[in-house]
Amino acid sequence: MRQFKDNFFRGLLWLSAILSVAVLVMIVGFIFYKGIGLISFDFIFGDYSPAGGGGIWPMIITTIYTVLISLVIATPIGILAAVYLQEYAKQGRLVRLIRFATESLTGIPSIIYGLFGAVFFVTTLKLGMSILAASLTLTIIVLPVIIRTTEEALKTVPRSYREGSLALGTTKLQTLYKVILPSSMPGILSGIILSVGRIVGESAAIFLTAGTVAAMPDSILSSARTLTVHAYLVTQESGDIELAAAVGIVLIVIILAINLSATYISKKFNKATNK
Amino acid sequence: MEQRKQDTAIINVRDLNLFYGEKQALFGVDLVISEKEVTALIGPSGCGKSTFLRTLNRMNDLIDGVKITGDVVIDHENIYKSNDVIKLRTKVGMVFQKPNLFPMSIYDNVAYGPRMQGIKNKKELNIIVEESLRSAAIWDEVKDRLKTSALGLSGGQQQRVCIARAIAMKPDIILMDEPTSALDPISTLKIEELINNMKQDYTIVIVTHNMQQAARISDKTAFFLNGEVVEYDDTDNIFSTPQDQRTEDYVTGRFG
Repeated sequence: MRQFKDNFFRGLLWLSAILSVAVLVMIVGFIFYKGIGLISFDFIFGDYSPAGGGGIWPMIITTIYTVLISLVIATPIGILAAVYLQEYAKQGRLVRLIRFATESLTGIPSIIYGLFGAVFFVTTLKLGMSILAASLTLTIIVLPVIIRTTEEALKTVPRSYREGSLALGTTKLQTLYKVILPSSMPGILSGIILSVGRIVGESAAIFLTAGTVAAMPDSILSSARTLTVHAYLVTQESGDIELAAAVGIVLIVIILAINLSATYISKKFNKATNK
Repeated sequence: MEQRKQDTAIINVRDLNLFYGEKQALFGVDLVISEKEVTALIGPSGCGKSTFLRTLNRMNDLIDGVKITGDVVIDHENIYKSNDVIKLRTKVGMVFQKPNLFPMSIYDNVAYGPRMQGIKNKKELNIIVEESLRSAAIWDEVKDRLKTSALGLSGGQQQRVCIARAIAMKPDIILMDEPTSALDPISTLKIEELINNMKQDYTIVIVTHNMQQAARISDKTAFFLNGEVVEYDDTDNIFSTPQDQRTEDYVTGRFG
């Protein structure tokens, strides 16, 4: 009987694992099946034409813009905030409150951020529907992610490193810079990568702040559409599943490339630090 | 004899009390430690010997809620009156219970302290690294792999590189917090030999839970119990003719 239970449980585990992989395979398979016919050099690098048959290069560029601008703002602020919370702040009620706030922020649906961005950045700050407004909104979305992952990474740095460094007559800043941050770099990087994924995958918040203009943006103050918004709109407006799926393929490849480079980078870092 | 002791005193602790929040961990510790001697701090776990050691380079400052009263004078300077912790820690090095080398190369580990002091000259650093590793009796074992990660070394080797890292700062005093407790007997022996040689150049204060070790390597021994120094004397006296019954009970293995 115990043997049976064991086998049954093993089977259950196996089934769950297979099921989750199968779902992934099915989705990716569906998207590739539907969209692969449209993928071509012109589709990826060609300019968009409202008449149909054009490429998605403007959306790729817009996506890259939002990723870069959001990260350029969110990364330094997020890391500094995490360093403050973890290394400098006196652990007390205020810090607990800030932690609670950042944790809560990660749970808020992105449409809420979108509404806030539309009111605050687009209207109040008069940025208009623009890549900049969307990027600022995305900054707020990924900031808690970066803060949390950086904090976790800083926590994993052994106390003995800090003590060892400080015992050699170094300042707190030197210890932070030379020992603590390098040791937590893989964790910080994975937080940034996670953020890239979050930004690339975001649609609702961008839809409300960057608008839907399907053209190459002149500047970061132009309204434009990202890949995800494009996929949503072509499905919504023209029911063109093939086109949406083709955009999906590009998104999947981008995410895959990001994840692979993340693994590669953190492996390299681990090699440099551990052995 | 008394006069000579006065002249060579390098650490002078008077009426030192330490509190972790409400809880008092050290009670009126008075201790005079002589230059270029090995002083062992012994006692059962939780008796305050490590806590005391960490007051000497103000490592306890890192813990929230620690309060200290009394005087610790090192080299004529009251370290809790002056606020230059950085300078203090360059003069008072420390070796920890477990080897705590950084995830860097052996060379970078040893050069870390001097570099942070602003020494950039490559030749100068090379000399410091080699001398320090030689002083720590590890040069021959690592000279061909200075640029490889320090974490690839065995525990005993790592601990000797930790000693080299402390030596590289050219400190006057080296504190050791149970430096061999995580090591095998052979590595322990090497470190003990090393400590014996090092006392020509450095004042060493070592915490150990191993009484044989204290007997083997130290000139003076202080016996701590419940945050107080019960007895402090030449090591020979502590182990052969202790004055206090509690010391005798401890060194003869009746408790601890």
